[in-house]
Amino acid sequence: MSRHTLSVLVENRPGVLARVSSLFSRRGFNIDSLAVGPTEHDDISRMTIVVSVEKLPLEQVTKQLNKLVNVLKIVELDSAQSVQRELMLIKVKADADSRSHVLELVQLFRARCVDVASDAVTIEVTGTPDKLEAFVKVLEPFGIKELVQSGMVAIGRGARSITDRSLRALDRTA
Amino acid sequence: MTERMTGAQALVRALEHVGVDTVFGIPGGAILPAYDPLYDSTKVRHVLVRHEQGAGHAAEGYAQATGKVGVCMATSGPGATNLVTPIADAYMDSVPIVAITGQVASGAIGTDAFQEADISGITMPITKHNFLVTDPLDIPRTIVEAFHIASTGRPGPVLVDISKDALQADTTFSWPPVMHLPGYRPVTRPHSKQIREAAKLIAESRRPVLYVGGGVHKAGASAELIRLAELTNIPVVTTLMARGTFPDSHPQHMGMPGMHGSVSAVGALQQADLLIGLGVRFDDRVTGQLSTFAPYAKIVHADIDPAEISKNRHADVPIVGDCKEVIADLIATVEASDRQGDYTDWWTLLNGYKQTYPLGYDEFEDGSLAPQYVMQRLSAIAGPDAYYVAGVGQHQMWAAQFIGYENPGTFINSGGLGTMGFAVPAAMGAKMGRPDATVWAIDGDGCFQMTNQELATCALEGVPIKIAVINNGNLGMVRQWQTLFYEQRYSNTDLQTARRIPDFVKLAEAYGCVGLRCERPEDVDATIMKAMEITDVPVVVDFVVHQDAMVWPMVAAGTSNDDIKIARDMAPTWESEDE
Repeated sequence: MSRHTLSVLVENRPGVLARVSSLFSRRGFNIDSLAVGPTEHDDISRMTIVVSVEKLPLEQVTKQLNKLVNVLKIVELDSAQSVQRELMLIKVKADADSRSHVLELVQLFRARCVDVASDAVTIEVTGTPDKLEAFVKVLEPFGIKELVQSGMVAIGRGARSITDRSLRALDRTA
Repeated sequence: MTERMTGAQALVRALEHVGVDTVFGIPGGAILPAYDPLYDSTKVRHVLVRHEQGAGHAAEGYAQATGKVGVCMATSGPGATNLVTPIADAYMDSVPIVAITGQVASGAIGTDAFQEADISGITMPITKHNFLVTDPLDIPRTIVEAFHIASTGRPGPVLVDISKDALQADTTFSWPPVMHLPGYRPVTRPHSKQIREAAKLIAESRRPVLYVGGGVHKAGASAELIRLAELTNIPVVTTLMARGTFPDSHPQHMGMPGMHGSVSAVGALQQADLLIGLGVRFDDRVTGQLSTFAPYAKIVHADIDPAEISKNRHADVPIVGDCKEVIADLIATVEASDRQGDYTDWWTLLNGYKQTYPLGYDEFEDGSLAPQYVMQRLSAIAGPDAYYVAGVGQHQMWAAQFIGYENPGTFINSGGLGTMGFAVPAAMGAKMGRPDATVWAIDGDGCFQMTNQELATCALEGVPIKIAVINNGNLGMVRQWQTLFYEQRYSNTDLQTARRIPDFVKLAEAYGCVGLRCERPEDVDATIMKAMEITDVPVVVDFVVHQDAMVWPMVAAGTSNDDIKIARDMAPTWESEDE
């Protein structure tokens, strides 16, 4: 099975997330990661959904998604042709002895320290799933107290926008 | 046009404006405000049913007989959940219905209030779309959108859930409202390149079959289909949902394919080198074991729903579009081409199947009634202009096999969901949509006991349907499987209807209907004629048939179509291994 990143433009309405996520589960697909948020247009939300499926079932789930009345557009983002990022917040044990080691790693990974306590620091890091995984690995020996991670968000490279045509469709019917 | 009124008045006004003439429903607390203006409406007739499931199936029957959107109405909570089965049924069979439900007041939503159920959440997987309306200003637009979504593209059920406070509140009504459905754009126009590709395959093929499903009748393309078939001389099979879309009497008709299809239809699919699937979904009841279905065939698959194409079987030529336009374009392309396929050998083979393996059944030596004979006589006496509405089970299959359908849409049944109890309420809806037509419900004794309470509705509302109860005293289809696959261990399939509990004749009379009984083959004609003569009240005929009658042919679930049996341990031979 291969991982696919779908960008799904939806109408910004209550219940749309439930429609999309329940469709995945009832058609037998597991979502690896899901992120949803506003876009440059108030009426449109954007979901970034990462799924592990073969090509044929991916085509089927895309078609089923397209049938949802509140779904405006679906684009599969190729990892080479897009920028894909996740955000992670990690609380790591760090006392006076180990703090400088931890902060060195923060520097190396271009992460940020966002909170400091006497025996722990909280770090913010963004990047690809691979980078985040590597970062967690190097922090593990210090003792990870808590970890929270966002779903992936992604955007295509280059000047083209996937929202343009959907916006026009939205204007036509408004 | 702008007027002040309540949300409930706006709802009724909107229903009138979109052309609704019949609503099936039952009032209750949350929907009560809507029933007050409905009382005054001169355009919308509300039919008070006895169970919400009956309202839903009646809306389906009405929709299928008329081609219009069927409407049902219920209150919140249990009223709404009782609509779940017919909504799921309409979803599986692509029937355009709009279900309107009351919801508890918006402030109480989510508090487990009295008669609260999250019906939009519950019906999310079984509706084409649904709405929860809490602002009265949204009611007219939502109704227009609901009817538009239900009736366009691939038709289906739409639910509109309206909170009680939205129905009660004062609002402004203006007409027509502007729809706002930016994500809903069904494709109806087929791609010309795909049409040319399909026409090329047709000309090249030696063994093509037109595999016709419910989508062709829904597109109103029966006439086009006949033209295409006659133009190309390609054999036609009609699925359970397409019976009547191509006339049974037509020499090119090979019958119904599938688990209980005719040998000629199943054989045609299995031996074909090209299937032209029109408005079909390669359902498991047609394909049997998918990996051995039509093994030599290339596939042209036309459907208005892109998600159906290549869902079960890869399509070599996918065509997204409305079947009426697809078939019209195919006709034009075939006519413009000078290439015509040669199907002489193919017809020799298929006509051989037809002659060698016609549909048949055994009579019983004790002189008891064969259900298939009842169907044949019904077909002969009521004729092809009547509507036949079946429940689910053996009687449904016999109705599909032994009644001759000549007109599109005259066989109405629950195909995808297989809902027992569909027949009586759906026949009621069909009769209300087609008051001048004869409507026969064909029901089993099991099915009939699930929804026969609507006999009261039929009797009181003046809906003189006729019901043939094919009474074998058992849940017949389940019993058939127990006979074949469970060593004749008849676990919980004997309904003991033979003991006359209930007595269907008395039951009919209790409901203000005429009850007749027929137990011998020699009485069948006279009984049907008598039922045909009664046109002012509903008639229930208790046809007491032999419990051991079975549905043949049969492709056992999960096995290959090639293993079709024409009777127990009797398989046909395809005799075509010359290639």
